[in-house]
Amino acid sequence: MKLLVLDMRDRIAGFFIDFGASQLFLFRLIAGSPSVLRRPGLLFRQVYSVGVNSLTLIMMAGFFVGMVMSLNAYHTLGRYGATASIGLVAVLSLVRELGPVVTALLFAGRAGTALTSEIGLMQTTEQLAGMEMMAVDPVKRVLVPRFLAGIIAMPLLASIFNVVGVLGAWVVAVPLLGVDTGAFWAPIQVIVDLKEDVLGGLFKSLAFGVAASLLAVFEGYHAYPTAEGVSSATTRTVVKSAMAVLILDYIITAFIVGEV
Amino acid sequence: MTKDTNETIIEVRGLSYRRGKKLIFDGCDMDFRRGQVTAVMGPSGTGKTTLLRLITGQLKPDSGTIRVFGKAVQDLSLNQLFELRKSMGMLFQNGALLTDLSVFDNVAFPLREHTRLSESLIRHIVFMKLQAVGLRGAWDLMPSELSGGMARRVALARAIAMDPQLIIYDEPFVGLDPISMGAIVRLIETLNESLGLTTVVVSHDVIEISTVSDYCYILSDGKVIGKGSPEELHESDSPYVRQFMLGEADGPVPFHYPVEDYRTQMMDKEFE
Repeated sequence: MKLLVLDMRDRIAGFFIDFGASQLFLFRLIAGSPSVLRRPGLLFRQVYSVGVNSLTLIMMAGFFVGMVMSLNAYHTLGRYGATASIGLVAVLSLVRELGPVVTALLFAGRAGTALTSEIGLMQTTEQLAGMEMMAVDPVKRVLVPRFLAGIIAMPLLASIFNVVGVLGAWVVAVPLLGVDTGAFWAPIQVIVDLKEDVLGGLFKSLAFGVAASLLAVFEGYHAYPTAEGVSSATTRTVVKSAMAVLILDYIITAFIVGEV
Repeated sequence: MTKDTNETIIEVRGLSYRRGKKLIFDGCDMDFRRGQVTAVMGPSGTGKTTLLRLITGQLKPDSGTIRVFGKAVQDLSLNQLFELRKSMGMLFQNGALLTDLSVFDNVAFPLREHTRLSESLIRHIVFMKLQAVGLRGAWDLMPSELSGGMARRVALARAIAMDPQLIIYDEPFVGLDPISMGAIVRLIETLNESLGLTTVVVSHDVIEISTVSDYCYILSDGKVIGKGSPEELHESDSPYVRQFMLGEADGPVPFHYPVEDYRTQMMDKEFE
């Protein structure tokens, strides 16, 4: 029992130490951010790497999520004769929640792990130490462009996820299930609020972008320089990013909705 | 072979450094003089690479001072350290080439980062440095296409790209075939002579080191146990130095890792 309590104490202390270290690291990244102005090419290359290369996955996922949303909404709303609200339900769910959250989770799994393992391997093979010896700050040269690229890419990917998701919902609702196309689009136009729904969703994905990118570069940079160290850092990136995204989602939603 | 020079480029005084419970350095004094090739030797795990990291400011000593070009490394800020490192080149054990850049871009990397030279001038310098290490023909290869010896030579070209005054080699001979090893030995010697460098080599390859170095330090158990020219060390009476220079398996540095009595361990119930 005593061991269990001690273990719990160490885990909680470890959590706060890690959290504090990651926040200090965030300040270091923000302080180093102006350096990308000198080499914008580094940032563009990383946006391509984490953004464009994630596009197929995001579009596929968005399309199928939209289709499933539409199918479920038709099944449930059909009981109340409200099938005309399928479009509205799909769009609100996608724009407010599913788009930002699912994109962030997929981003953590695809781009986040790639960032962590790449930086971890650079650490293992002494490439980062080599840069330091050449008087080049690896935080500015390697980490900042990757961190900023994640922040830029996330809202763009979430927007694409939303658009493709709505398309998926339309494909199932209108051509397959026979819902009237006007009835599908009309409530969306009337009810979806640009500020609360669309911009709120985009703000969420921006916050998720900061969290997921920060965790990916932080874990990679602090990976123990062995094969096992890089592998556990990659796992930690996915687990911590998923937790951070879900916790942040609740906090931001509570602020947007204005109720706890 | 010892060159007559009095100017000390690196001065280590009373260096102590502890990693966890293990004392890596215990009050070491060393001097590295201008124009000389100084070797730091010692069995694996004695902290040779740690010494390089302390000299280059990647680690800070627990006590003592390390002065490089007259500056106390342990007191410098990150920006001051970066400024100091511009006059140093370091060759890492595995080369530490940037794997997403070609050989050419790796050598050009420090020039592009720290100078505003035109691309045509950078091209001239890069080919000149690659020519010096015999790899001008490999300029367009990626690091994954290089052998261990070639990667180290490219890393050497990169280390001298900014014309440093001091060059540091971390185990430059590890895992190399005899031809590559010979090439690196020759490069250390010729670069030191022709570029007027000060060279620090960390290694435990006694034969190779003896051919290139002007002065050697032998480290063991956190202390300097021997110093002098390779000839002086070969003739030393110290049992530690003799064991190391002759490569004897047992001696003052024991063959066995410290352990309890063999019979006691075999009878220990915990293992059953």
